[in-house]
Amino acid sequence: MSKIVVITSGKGGVGKTTTAASFAAGLAKRGHKTAVIDFDVGLRNLDLVLGCERRVVFDFVNVITGDARLHQALIKDKRLDNLMILPASQTRDKDALTAEGVEQVLGELREQFDYIICDSPAGIERGAHLASYYADDAIVVTNPEVSSVRDSDRVLGLLASRTRRAEQGEDPVCEHLLLTRYDPHRVTKGEMLSVDDVCEILAIELLGVIPESTDVLNASNAGVPVILDEGADAGRAYDDAVARYLGEERPHRFIHAERKGLFGRMFGG
Amino acid sequence: MNIARFFRERSKERQGGGSASVAKERLQIIVSHERAERGGGPDYLPMLRDELLEVVRRYVTVDPGAVRVEVERDGTHEVLELNITLPEHPGPYPPPGRRR
Repeated sequence: MSKIVVITSGKGGVGKTTTAASFAAGLAKRGHKTAVIDFDVGLRNLDLVLGCERRVVFDFVNVITGDARLHQALIKDKRLDNLMILPASQTRDKDALTAEGVEQVLGELREQFDYIICDSPAGIERGAHLASYYADDAIVVTNPEVSSVRDSDRVLGLLASRTRRAEQGEDPVCEHLLLTRYDPHRVTKGEMLSVDDVCEILAIELLGVIPESTDVLNASNAGVPVILDEGADAGRAYDDAVARYLGEERPHRFIHAERKGLFGRMFGG
Repeated sequence: MNIARFFRERSKERQGGGSASVAKERLQIIVSHERAERGGGPDYLPMLRDELLEVVRRYVTVDPGAVRVEVERDGTHEVLELNITLPEHPGPYPPPGRRR
């Protein structure tokens, strides 16, 4: 039984595409057949983050309009056999995505893949709505920052009312919180909302905490999902999140600042 | 210089008063306000409210605002809360215009 997972947030720039790339790669690495779709029509970027931008021939909209078959548009990842990417179209036509078209493509993907990851655009317009509409699970990407938390709460409201599952009265979309760009040092200083603060406000299950890290930028510079960088804290945190999603129990890491000694704090940088 | 900063930061930590506590408080207020506004619940709530009001009005004369229907999230489950305010001086029964 395949699952459709939307990566969403409301606010832009919080790490949806980074998360979609790493989450999909993590599932594929564990042997699950995974497709990841870029729903950000007009602002295609998942291809860059996954390093396949030069191999894009057809896109999501081409498949919907019938100009290409699904298998022609899917790009096979060079590192992971089980991972395929469906890039967004660069068209400026806002109505290029249709509900029927999206439903049909997702239906076809369901026959071939275990997991279908939908990388939602920011906002709550058509693209974001369609990315969430058919979802079974949602990963809500949130930064420990007021505007991001507020937007996440708004998105949770939409997941509970404006999805196929909500409209058909089925079991609700299963919601997971992924807190990204977390800086334990600033939390200790009282300058940043803590994991507990955000969990208390949003009241959904915590899937993982990704620490703020230069490795994330380095990975996207190179076109490699950060989860494949096993030496990076952010990569290991994503790996934990994927394991938890699949039912493994793993303690949360990278949420406490390493305490510097008294000497280090008084004389260090 | 570092020694001065060390003590400054220590005292800040002790007070528990960075900007994060302000952020949390502001968020809790705005989020609960917005949840209440969107009803925090399914689309059928306004319809349910109108129909309940209609039924109540068969027996008692009440204001349109007397029936409140809210869904509250409590951890993993949701609670449907109905609140009907009866008037202090109930009118005649059945209310005018509702005689059968």
